[in-house]
Amino acid sequence: MGPLIRNFFIALRQIFVGGRSYYLWVGFLSFFVLLGLSAYVDQLNRGLITTAMRDQVSWGLYISNFTFLVGVAAAAVLLVVPAYLYNFKPIKEIVLFGELLAITAISMCVLFIMIDMGQPMRVWHILPFIGAMHFPASLLAWDVVVLNGYLAINTIIAFYVLYRLSIGREYSMAVIGPLIILSIPWAVSIHTVTAFLYNGLSARPFWNASILAPRFLASAFCSGPAIMLILFQIIRKKSDVEIDNRAIFKIAELIAYAMGINLFLLGAEVFKEFYSGSIHSYPMTYLYFGLHGKSSLVPWMWAATIMNITAFFLFLFPKTRENFTTLNIGCLFIIMGVYIEKGMGLIVPGFVPDTLGEIYEYSPTNAEIIITIGIWAAGALLYTFLLKFAIPIYTGKLRFETKDSRGIKPQPT
Amino acid sequence: MKKFTRTKEGIQLDRRNFLKGAALGLAGAALPLNKADASFWEAFFQKHFQEMNEDEIRDVIKRLEREYGEKYKKAIKVGNEKAMPGVLFGYGLDLSRCIGCRRCEYACVEENNQSKDPQIHWITVLRFKKGEKWIDLEESEKYYNPELVPEPDYFYMPIQCQQCENPPCVKACPTQATWKEPDGIVVIDYNWCIGCRYCMAACPYGARHFNWTEPKRAPEEINPATHYLGNRPRYKGVVEKCTFCIQRTRNGRYPACVEACPVGARKFGNLLDPESEIRYAIEHKRVFRLKEDLNTYPKFYYFFAYGV
Repeated sequence: MGPLIRNFFIALRQIFVGGRSYYLWVGFLSFFVLLGLSAYVDQLNRGLITTAMRDQVSWGLYISNFTFLVGVAAAAVLLVVPAYLYNFKPIKEIVLFGELLAITAISMCVLFIMIDMGQPMRVWHILPFIGAMHFPASLLAWDVVVLNGYLAINTIIAFYVLYRLSIGREYSMAVIGPLIILSIPWAVSIHTVTAFLYNGLSARPFWNASILAPRFLASAFCSGPAIMLILFQIIRKKSDVEIDNRAIFKIAELIAYAMGINLFLLGAEVFKEFYSGSIHSYPMTYLYFGLHGKSSLVPWMWAATIMNITAFFLFLFPKTRENFTTLNIGCLFIIMGVYIEKGMGLIVPGFVPDTLGEIYEYSPTNAEIIITIGIWAAGALLYTFLLKFAIPIYTGKLRFETKDSRGIKPQPT
Repeated sequence: MKKFTRTKEGIQLDRRNFLKGAALGLAGAALPLNKADASFWEAFFQKHFQEMNEDEIRDVIKRLEREYGEKYKKAIKVGNEKAMPGVLFGYGLDLSRCIGCRRCEYACVEENNQSKDPQIHWITVLRFKKGEKWIDLEESEKYYNPELVPEPDYFYMPIQCQQCENPPCVKACPTQATWKEPDGIVVIDYNWCIGCRYCMAACPYGARHFNWTEPKRAPEEINPATHYLGNRPRYKGVVEKCTFCIQRTRNGRYPACVEACPVGARKFGNLLDPESEIRYAIEHKRVFRLKEDLNTYPKFYYFFAYGV
């Protein structure tokens, strides 16, 4: 264990090694982290009144970001399935970066939950044994279990693979295979449970629809991989990591299918709400057309819909998904489209109109936006550090000697 | 060990130690560690209300009374009256009488120590236009403000916590900070609530309210007769709600809203007592409960004593 820990710290030191542009990048992110932190200190002192949330709309930008990021984290599994189960080589080589993204996304989820709490010091009340976790009745308790479990699974897989690589070994499927198999339903579970969190509330007709969880999964399998496609291109440009174009195009193809399903489910939802036209269609009317003259989300929702449809076609045709210009436009459209749709477009209409019929138009305050940017910067910083830590091991630049790696006879060729 | 030589690593170690010191300093500044703040740690480690024994509850109440006393410069009693056996509280509201004067709403604020800035009201009175649809609440007006009530073309419907027998908020709470007492009142432990507001999303009646900032109320406006699970002063970042005036009703009194109503539209009593006024109303009037389709089984009955 001793050398393992020592080697860990040697690898960790890599995060301080970098050129001018690296330090500029880290400095840039740190600036926004500190800005967000200062806004958060003010929120801690004055309370959540610094946000635009009120009793009518009691969740806002923070929970929207949380929801979106659960999807990003769940999408790591999209890489795991072909990589480990079907042994699709080009993706297998890069699945590690997907898992690191999952770790980052879950960490950001935890941060978004923490800053949304009125009494963050009391967070231990939600833990089992030392607190009073309301399991299995409360879906929020389920979410705590599945999110932390997912974080643990991905951390173990990623760091075990890195450890084996660092001593020049293939990882053993006997050790990690069961965990990988487990991670697949688990990834589905984090997004399903998060969907059920909203879905289970009969007070909110907009969420209380069976289509919610399937749509969650479909959109997550668009946004998460779209982020990864952008990251892969940056990683292979900025480091020695080689990422096969075939992997990128394969993921783009999978995105097209996921977006197709997502759009179909949206259509099913739109039909049900507007054709039957009961009072439960008000939230969706508010989203796409406005209600009683209140329409702040309308332009965003139409923008999201147009971006998602455009991206679907860009990814559907091999010609456009294998052209990096159109591929990247498609990725950006999906990230923005799903961010709107599975963020504010999902959370706010749950509360509009509120349970007593009031329409309170929520629009986040500067403080909320600054804190949100701060957490995104913290996430980017964490992912940067994780990559700094992992890439030298991954490319073989950093290797450690172990007792049994010394004096091994070279294999005859 | 070359730890302290002036190698590159040595300098890094120094920097690391510096960072460690800085972090400790920050933590020290943020967390109160001296004796005067001992009650901070007592509050921090306070157990769940239902898991404390009588002695522990007594100690907690003593601490709370001391804290409130220091804050408001007056003696505040924090009661802990238990539910009476054989009692299940129920509420009746006669919509044919209600004139929409909001007396109940403000009597509630006076009694229950809600924040006055920003204002928190546990009762919401909705106004509906006669002849329009109303049960979906979509056409209601919460901020009506005429010269005089009642207005001829409108009728009114006060809504507060419905004290559901099957409360969605209790099911939702991830920390069991809210629960249903044996006498049917849904209560919150303000010292256990983490302020996640999941209960507010779960409540179909808009009955739960959040302290978005430190509740403000002048000391002379504080009602000193309080209950731990009821109207004791709340904190920033916790949820609060109507408790049928638990501090009054467990001592045999009416809720403040019942007493304040100038037209006698509000009825209150023990659902288990066949002789009670509330039972009479349920058995002899046409009662309904709000959003019955959600199967929350409110113990809050709306009825029409005579034609509108």
